[in-house]
Amino acid sequence: MTGAIVSPAGLPAGAEPAGSCRWAAVVEPDALVPAAAALVSGGMRLALVSGHDDPVGPRVTYLFTSGPPDHRVELHVPLEPGHPCVPTLAGLSFQGSRFEREMADLFGFEPLDHPQKRRLVLHQHWPDGWYPMRRDAGPMPALVADAGQYPFVPVEGTGVYEIPVGPVHAGLIEPGHFRFWVVGETILRMKARLWFVHKGIEKLFEHREPADGLGLAEKISGDSAVGHGLAYCQAVEDASGIEVPADAQVLRAALLELERLYNHVADVGALCNDVGFGLANAWALSLRELLLRLNADVTGHRLLRGGVVLGGAAVHRLPTAAELTEVSERFEEIAELARTSAFVMERFTGTATLSEANAADLGVVGPAGRASGLAFDARVSHPHWDSLPTFEPARHTGGDVLARYLVRTDEIRSSLGLLAGLAGLGPSVCPAAGAGAGGAASRSGVGIVEGWRGAIVHRIELDSAGQLGRVKVVDPSFLNWPAVPVSLANTIVPDFPLANKSFNLSYAGNDL
Amino acid sequence: MTSTWSVAADAAISVLQMAGVVLGGPLLVGLMRTVRCRLEGRVGPPVRQPLLDLRKLARRQRTRPEHASWIFGLAPLLLVATTLVVAAVAPLLATGPALGWSADLFAVVYLLLLGSVALALGGLDTGTAFGGMGASRALTIGAVAEPALLVSILALSVPAHSSNLPAIISGSLAHPLWLATPERLLALAAFVIVIVAECGRLPVDNPGTHLELTMIHEAMVLEYSGSDLALIKLGESMRLGVLVALFAVLFVPWGIATSPGPEHLAVSLVSLVAKVAVLGVGLAAFEVGVAKLRLFRVPELMAGAFVLAVLAVLSALVLA
Repeated sequence: MTGAIVSPAGLPAGAEPAGSCRWAAVVEPDALVPAAAALVSGGMRLALVSGHDDPVGPRVTYLFTSGPPDHRVELHVPLEPGHPCVPTLAGLSFQGSRFEREMADLFGFEPLDHPQKRRLVLHQHWPDGWYPMRRDAGPMPALVADAGQYPFVPVEGTGVYEIPVGPVHAGLIEPGHFRFWVVGETILRMKARLWFVHKGIEKLFEHREPADGLGLAEKISGDSAVGHGLAYCQAVEDASGIEVPADAQVLRAALLELERLYNHVADVGALCNDVGFGLANAWALSLRELLLRLNADVTGHRLLRGGVVLGGAAVHRLPTAAELTEVSERFEEIAELARTSAFVMERFTGTATLSEANAADLGVVGPAGRASGLAFDARVSHPHWDSLPTFEPARHTGGDVLARYLVRTDEIRSSLGLLAGLAGLGPSVCPAAGAGAGGAASRSGVGIVEGWRGAIVHRIELDSAGQLGRVKVVDPSFLNWPAVPVSLANTIVPDFPLANKSFNLSYAGNDL
Repeated sequence: MTSTWSVAADAAISVLQMAGVVLGGPLLVGLMRTVRCRLEGRVGPPVRQPLLDLRKLARRQRTRPEHASWIFGLAPLLLVATTLVVAAVAPLLATGPALGWSADLFAVVYLLLLGSVALALGGLDTGTAFGGMGASRALTIGAVAEPALLVSILALSVPAHSSNLPAIISGSLAHPLWLATPERLLALAAFVIVIVAECGRLPVDNPGTHLELTMIHEAMVLEYSGSDLALIKLGESMRLGVLVALFAVLFVPWGIATSPGPEHLAVSLVSLVAKVAVLGVGLAAFEVGVAKLRLFRVPELMAGAFVLAVLAVLSALVLA
């Protein structure tokens, strides 16, 4: 990764190069909003906001990214220790307002003039004034027994009724509570309540050796082991100045596409299943099984764990051309089956439309964003290796379930193409490479990876002993969840499961 | 013809029909599942699995919602009882079972629908969002399916000048050409669509889904458990069995026993089982090829069935 020489537009005065393609500047709280506005108007997106409880006092880090060329700008805002508060960026960035609410819950940093001053991560029964991410948080306090009701926005009118669903669902679904307000069958409003499986993963990273953190990163969201593992490794390599050999970069890219492949194939089947077309699902599940066995051959693990290691990749072999052809042929059969079913296409078309304007405002990433016409794909904006084969990211403009389905089918094809191209680029075997000799270590690092759900961002800071200090993880699900209720305008209740599946967001990755 | 049957034989046939529907309904459901699994390339559970499930459910503890009234408990009983009555009087094995005079097509079909209404009331009685939602959807579909059913029955009864089932079937046997008339074929199409809707099969409802928000029939019975649920599952599969068997005798009546004697009855039993199995396999194969319709498209499908039924009546009156 060679940093571009051109510095990004809107870079604040005093910014210093800080790592791979990265600049950092210290900004006083008063100057934050103008500095952020300059970066956002220069075309950067707010990718990550991370609270810190440093020994010297509280601090907030804002990471803005854009690409290509790959640019990453950090604003570090030191806060007043007695009363930590920051001006809100809610007016500039919707995802920024959600990061601020997360930080208010976990660190107790108050976002000034925030339009939605209510809890996000911690449910009502956590006592007020206890902030788990602070140094002095101590052991878990007793939960408040009678915390009262969650303040749902009331929806009233003739014939309006409420449907509560979850957090425990039929079938194997992670926990989330959905509250619908409905007239007849038309959804007026939907509120998703998540964070039932908040595990404190970011806290669990603290004080580990960087190599120990990888196993945890791979388990943030079980279906994104490569995505999170690679983002974590990139962040650690950035922080410790580890150079990754070209061969390992090829294998990493291949692993990422293998992960995208098995998840997208499962999604294609699941979308068909949700409209009652079980035949396509049965075929897709059998193809997914083939891919999982291939994964086991490639890395020794069906979900590709252990494939990405610090400083390299551990791969037994890459898929052969014959295997890729078989996957491709079987996938095309499934795609043809769904495409020629008028029932399936009719159910997909026009269901749960997310407009491009809404998607851009909400900061939607990944296939969901590309189905609404957004171009962002971290493989293009933040390539983890400059010499990877180029490709055109899938892009559709419908914004409906059909568009999200078509983006997936297009990405399956492009993943197969990329895998075929990568097979010729490097060795098919790479023993686990040890951490290579490092260049300049910046003690902080950022990893950005286009996982199959969208851009995964990890930012880590190492403490003076070389152990993990603060690790901040942004799963694409955190950014995309708010888009689900927005897309439901004019959707009927029995189409909700299909709409939800078309986004297929992670609960574990969101709840952390 | 009915006069030649002894009372004891009549009663025996009715008992045999009831037993056949109680056992055959779940086996039909099992057969359809197996066909679906095989067509999708899966092994699937054994055909007798629905019977095993019934045994398992009957042994399980039953819970009922705290605020539910007696209607909740009565609904499953009513569903099974009405279906049993139909199984007793309908001419499934012989043209003259006991009480054959009461086997009026209108009475038979509406007895079956009484069970649906009971289930909808049971769903509403739970006071939960899903019970009410399922009941509302089921009754909406029922309301648009009903006219199609009514008119297709009318079309069937025009040639025989009677809506008495034994009379229609005897008439069809005496005049095989009735079966190939446009009105019979159109009524057949309408009848099939209504059976699919009333039994909660694809493309109207997906009996295999776990997505509670998409459910129609399953949402209505979500609160039932243990022996109550066993009764509902039994009632549903019996109703599917009776409707498919009725369809078989109405449209392909050959093989049914028209005169007394165990040998005729044996032939009738074998031919009925074969016809129902063939229809079940056909229905399951059809289901594999379709997906579920958007809820608001279902009335359009039912309107289509209604139009077919009206055309059937018109052609019956014009061609008669």
